[in-house]
Amino acid sequence: MSILGLPLGLTPDQFLFILRGAGWTLVLSLFGFVGGTSLGLPLALARAARKGGLGSWLLRQGAGAYVALVQGIPLPVIMFVVYFGVSIGGFEVPALVAAGIAMTLWSAAYLGEIWRGCIQAVPRTQWEAAECLALTPAQRFVHVILPQAMRVAVPPTVGFLVQIVKNTSYSVVIGFFDLTYSAKVINNATYKPFQVFTIAALIYFLICYPMSVASRRFEARMRRA
Amino acid sequence: MSYDFDFAFLNEYGPDLWRGVWLTLGMTAASILPGFVLGTLCAVGRLYGPRWLSRITVIYVEAIRNTPLVIQVFWLFFGLAVLQVRIGAFPAAVIALVINVGAYTAEIMRAGFETIPKGQVEAASCLALTRTQVIWGIQFPQAVERVYPALVSQFVLMMLATSIMSQISAEELTGAAYQIQAFTFRGFEVYLVIAGIYVVMAAGLRLVLLGCATLAFPRRRRLGTPL
Repeated sequence: MSILGLPLGLTPDQFLFILRGAGWTLVLSLFGFVGGTSLGLPLALARAARKGGLGSWLLRQGAGAYVALVQGIPLPVIMFVVYFGVSIGGFEVPALVAAGIAMTLWSAAYLGEIWRGCIQAVPRTQWEAAECLALTPAQRFVHVILPQAMRVAVPPTVGFLVQIVKNTSYSVVIGFFDLTYSAKVINNATYKPFQVFTIAALIYFLICYPMSVASRRFEARMRRA
Repeated sequence: MSYDFDFAFLNEYGPDLWRGVWLTLGMTAASILPGFVLGTLCAVGRLYGPRWLSRITVIYVEAIRNTPLVIQVFWLFFGLAVLQVRIGAFPAAVIALVINVGAYTAEIMRAGFETIPKGQVEAASCLALTRTQVIWGIQFPQAVERVYPALVSQFVLMMLATSIMSQISAEELTGAAYQIQAFTFRGFEVYLVIAGIYVVMAAGLRLVLLGCATLAFPRRRRLGTPL
């Protein structure tokens, strides 16, 4: 197998094996992002809840505690906790499900924190003006605040996608078949670590780099605006 | 669903966990300063160095930031083994961490240098300071002070990332936990315990690093201005 004339020393089968792992990396990344969004958005809303009343205080503190807790635990450990946690519940789940749940719990904490900042970056006066227009609290948020917050949220969210893709590699600890795992298997079989892990790194790079560039572009465009 | 939690393993395997904690902390402590130096040099090289140096740092930073740490560690550890370089898991882990965190630090420090107003540099040149003096005497201290919170977060993330080093058989905390659960079949409890330990270590490291800031930055120490 050779790319651009470089002899990579792998057979086409081995190369395809690694590519199959890359496919599962993308699947897990998608799980992580979709799950992280569906849990992270409520978290962000709870963290940005308006002051006043015991209910909103509990919301803010609870969500804050979750974020602080998850951000203090390494992702591989979260993977293990979920992996063993679902198995003591008597469920036999594939590694993909355990890894997907772990990625969800983990990315929600970071996405929630990113989006909280974006919601709070919308000036207070926007809330007040919307209130003057007799919009209900839900309408204020959906029609006035959210569109403005989303504009701010695009660059850091795309940037975090890179983190999600990279950190799916930690699922190797619970034996999920992703790009890192498949590369490890091929390395054990061929004992050509430089070739194998360079190929794996290149594939990760090809997935992540365009998103890094896009994130920077969005940010630069916003700074001009 | 009923499950009896059993934390009895803590008696027997407590010392193993303790060794893991110290190895994790040692790995972190050994990587922070070299990583910071490497990152700062890269930031300066990128901003003020000749074009070729600037190019190299860009390639280094982008290559590291867009690939996972696990792959970098495997590349280094298994690669060195093939080259017949015998190096323990601990030094290999520290080298990988320094290279990794250096790239992130480079980006953070670059942002720091870029926030220093131009007037400062011009004023310093008017005082006949050399280019080197301006960079290291005027810009560097202020840049560190501005981005210090970001640096702290990055180093905490690095401490958490050491948990992957058990993959190359470094017996840090996560590696110790893996051994214990293999003996006791109490995986869930073991990992819950070390999750708690990591939370405490992350909070502690953050506190210590912020404490260093209070000592290191006179403006903060004397006037109490926030970072």
